Order: sequence, then C-alpha cells, then structure tokens
Amino acid sequence: MGHRQPLGRGAIKGANVIAEIQIKNIAKHFGDYQALNNINLTIDDQEFMVLLGASGCGKSTLLRIIAGLETADEGEVWIGGRRIDHLSPKDRGIAMVFQNYAVFPHLTVFENIGFGLRMQKLANEVVTRRVERTAELMHIEQLLKRYSGELSGGQRQRVAVARALAMEPDVILMDEPLSNLDALLRMEMRAELKGVLAQSKTTTIYVTHDQVEAMSMADRISVMHEGRIVQATTPVEVYRNPAERFVASFIGNPPMNFIPAAAQGNGKWKVAGQMFDGPNTDIKSLEFAIRPEDIAPAKIGLTVTVKVIEPLGPHLLVTCDIAGALFRAVLDSDLKINPGETITLAPQPDRIRWFNRQSTKAVV
Amino acid sequence: MSARYLPYILIFPVTLFLCLFFLYPFVLVAQQAFTTGAGFTLENFHDVTGHWKFPISLKNTLYLAAAVVPVQLALALLMATMVNGMGKGRDLVLYIWTIPLGISDLAAGIIWLAIFEQSGFLNSMMSGLGVIDRPANLMNYQNPGLIFLAIALAEIWRATAIMLVILVAGIGLIPKEYYEAAEVFGASPWKRFLRITLPLLRPSLSTALVLRVILAFEIFAVVQALGGTLFPVLMGETYKYQFELLNGGGAAAIALIILGISIAFTLLIMRLLRVPKGATI
Repeated sequence: MGHRQPLGRGAIKGANVIAEIQIKNIAKHFGDYQALNNINLTIDDQEFMVLLGASGCGKSTLLRIIAGLETADEGEVWIGGRRIDHLSPKDRGIAMVFQNYAVFPHLTVFENIGFGLRMQKLANEVVTRRVERTAELMHIEQLLKRYSGELSGGQRQRVAVARALAMEPDVILMDEPLSNLDALLRMEMRAELKGVLAQSKTTTIYVTHDQVEAMSMADRISVMHEGRIVQATTPVEVYRNPAERFVASFIGNPPMNFIPAAAQGNGKWKVAGQMFDGPNTDIKSLEFAIRPEDIAPAKIGLTVTVKVIEPLGPHLLVTCDIAGALFRAVLDSDLKINPGETITLAPQPDRIRWFNRQSTKAVV
Repeated sequence: MSARYLPYILIFPVTLFLCLFFLYPFVLVAQQAFTTGAGFTLENFHDVTGHWKFPISLKNTLYLAAAVVPVQLALALLMATMVNGMGKGRDLVLYIWTIPLGISDLAAGIIWLAIFEQSGFLNSMMSGLGVIDRPANLMNYQNPGLIFLAIALAEIWRATAIMLVILVAGIGLIPKEYYEAAEVFGASPWKRFLRITLPLLRPSLSTALVLRVILAFEIFAVVQALGGTLFPVLMGETYKYQFELLNGGGAAAIALIILGISIAFTLLIMRLLRVPKGATI
C-alpha cells in the first residue's frame, strides 16, 4: 500500500485538524452506582490511547460518553479545542468500532462500509472510491458484495474497522474490538490494526481488558479501576513503575509478588527475614513488590520453598512458599530444582518497588 | 428409539389433528364447491360470481382491507416504537393497548354501534352540544361513507393490537448495537427507523401483514353489526348462501374465492418483504 496516500483526515463535517482530546472532570452515576468519578485525561493528537481495566471499571462508559451514546452527569469533553459533549454523535468527528462489530446484517459489506458516507449524502463516486480504498486497506475488497452472515468473525471485524476508517474521522473509538476473535486471529489483527491506525494518523481510544493488547498497541495506557483513572502513561512505565498496587497486580502475567516489609530505620526494610534497602520514610510498614521475571537464584536472598514447577518452554514458572505466602518466579529452564526443595532467590535491586499498605500508592 | 425419527414422532399428533380437522373439511368444502351432484363443474362459481351482489361484496371487502390494513400497520409501528422506547410502565401500556384483542369481533361491532346508532353516544353528544336539533339515524343507506368509516374505525380499534404484539416482539429482537452504530455513523432517529428498524423487522412485518390481511378478507361480525345488509362483504355472502339460501355449494365457492385472494396476497406480501439472498436477519 506504499503508493497510496495515508487516509485523509478531517473529512467529517465540523471536524478539526488537530484532534487532541481533553476529558475534564467527567462523572457518571447509574442510580446509586458511581460508574465514573472525576475523570481527567488528555489524549494527544494522533495518539493511540488504551483504556485498560477489568470489567465494570468504567472504561466502556467513558468511551460511550466520548462517543455521545451516554451522557455524563458532570464534566466536559473537548476534541481539537471544541467542546463536543453537548453535540450528537455524528457532529463530534468520531467513528466507532463496536465489540460485537454491529455490522448491519441486511446490508452488503459495501453498504456497511459506506453507511456513514451515505448518511452524509456524499456523491456515489465519492462513496465508491472511499469504500473501495478502505476495503483494500483492510484486505476485504473481494467481500464487498457479501452479507455479514456470510463472513467469518475476523472478516466482520475488518468490515467494522473499514466502516470507521471510511469516515476519515478525527478520532476512532474502539470498544474491545478484538475480544470476540480467537487467540491466533487476535494476535494477527492486533498488529494489523496498529499498522493501519498509525498509517491513518487518527487519534485512537481503544478500550480493552486484555493487558497484552494494551501493552502491545498503546502509545499510552490509562489503567482504570472502580471508576477512576489510576495511572496514564507509557506501557513500559505502567509495567515498570506502577503508581498503585492495583496497577502492579493487574498488569503482568504471572502477577507481581507482594511481601510485607517492616521498617528498620534509615531506609532499611526487613522482608521475609532478609534486609533490603528501600525508601527512607516515616511509615512503619510497606509492601515489597517484585516481578517474577526480575528474580534469579543467588547465594544471598529470599529463602523460599518450591511448591510447583511449570515448564513454559523458554522458562520455568516456579511457584514457591515464602513465610506462608505465594511467591512466583520465572527462572531459566536449565535450572535443576525439584518441588519441596528450599532455594535462595535474589530480586534484581533496581526492579524492587514499594507500596504504602494503607493508601496502596507507590512509595519512592 | 432413533433420534432421527424422534422429531417426526413428536410432530405426528399435531399433524394428525390438522389433517383431521382442517385438511379433511377443506377437501370436503372444495369438493362441494366443484360439484352440483353431477360431477365436476364450475357452476357454483358461475352462480355466485354472476349474482349482482358479488362485485359489490368483493369491492367492499377489498376497499375495507385497503383502508384498514395500512392504517393499522402505521399505527402498530408507531405504537411498537413507542412501547419499545419506554422504561417503566412498558408492560402496563402494552396490556392496555391490547385489551381490544380480548373482545370478540361481534362485541366490538356492537360497541361501535352504540356510538353511531340513532340513540347512540355520538347523537346524544351532538344534540347535547346543540350541533344538531334531534338525534338522526346516521347508519342508513344515505350515508354509505359513514357506514364504511364506522366499520373501518371499529376494525382499526379492534385488531391493530394483534400487529402491535408481533411488531413489539420483533423490534425487541433487534440488537441495540445496530442503533448505536447507526447513530454514531450519522443516522437521525427517522433514518434509523427507515434504515435499521424497518429492514430488520421484515420477518415480523411479513407475519403481521399476512395475518392481518387474511383476517381483513374474513371480516364479518363487525360488518354485520354496523352495516347489516347495507354493506355486503364476501364473508357475509358466504353466510347468506349457507344459512339463508341453503346453498352449500355456493357458500363453498365463495369460501374458496376468499381463500384464493388470501393466498395471492400472502404470496405478494412475502415476495415484497423477502430478505435478500445471503442476508441473515
């Protein structure tokens, strides 16, 4: 597709050239349930922002508020310096890809992709040109005459994305677009979507509960929990320096290890009988946290009892017992250990993180 | 027992029932229509269609269907859309709107007669308001238009709910995501109705229309109550041949003509509302 121009932007009526999104103090209740609580977020022009969280965290509600399918109780949404939260969805310069695709079953693939263009009453040639171009981009040009019932899940997904791209919107909103695909197809589509969206230079907000999807696609990830944004930063930063214990435990598979730590004064902390250098604060007890892959066997370190060994090919996932708590380590597969053995594991010092046990926030 | 035969065994009783009580009598009626005692003949059909009242009955029946069914369709669609948009009280409204379904068609005719007859509500109200000097008999041969209107109103009042029920169920089956997608891609509420609701409702629309059109051709009791002999319809003629003229062959012939019209319209409706090949709705 190298000979083609990237898809143009700003074609939607009232659209803006710079599509920076600002979300200001958004709150939303459903009855007594607070779905969103004081959400503030700025998404840069052409940025790929992933809203990541478990189901019920409010990520889809936030996306639907940006789309105009849901109204916020409080707060404002701005796109490209224009307040849009009072506008109807069609005037916001957005397009959306739905979780169940919402590919219209009574229309052909061509008419599905061209649906939004037809609603804008564009000339037939323009519709045809744009539908064909986006169909080619999504590799579904041979399916244009088919109906949705004759397509596989993956093809339907491509139609849904093509329908959004054909609008040449300022912002594309995606609500768990890959969650209904099987694992292999999901991996394939992940890379393809990332490429297509980067090429189209469209600002994207992408909702998912899949951390691998989030890590691999995002420029930035907003981790959401119980109706608020816990941390919004780059994937590496979210992984390496979680702002809260929730982020640390939610991201990473196998999850991060947490062990209680008691203050010994002068930045010294006692963790499972072992002394570590940590933050110099007045707090008496913290949580020591380390990722399973940041642990290696050593002469000095945490003494653990091996309980289960799971060979994963390149690594061993070793589940151990440390002072009655679970402790997981990802170790080299050449390592010779057996369940029941006691071994010594040393955390990589620069990868150790500390969390306040009350506020659950990271302590540096 | 083989699972292959189980479905057939299970539908056998109802098949037997239908053959015994519908197919067999139908064959008898058909036989009666095509015989006069001297083998196969079309004489019964010549007889009934040659009668001066036949074209009038046919015309009345078709006009009535043409006047009533489109209004009912529009009303039922409007009401179904409204019901579907409701949250609280949806079921209550639906129950109230379907009350006329529980009333027999003769009773419905009598209710509307109570409005239009000489000592009826309409006359009382108009004379009470001073619009007319004294109650007049409106439902006579001088006012064929009014009789037609009264019958049409009674039918619309009585039988719109059957379409409503089918359409409400059909609209409920359309996934909300289609509406959301249409809205995001710029379809106004009216466009969403035209481009999403109507096409996706085709199977329900087809069922509702076929049912209503067939019932419209079978209109009888409401007409008897409001029009009597002033407004002959096909089903009324069937009744007259069978019970007044004691001409079973003639009655059977008209019944078959009504059946033929019903089948023709059913095919037409199904053809017009068919789902394009390959589309799944």
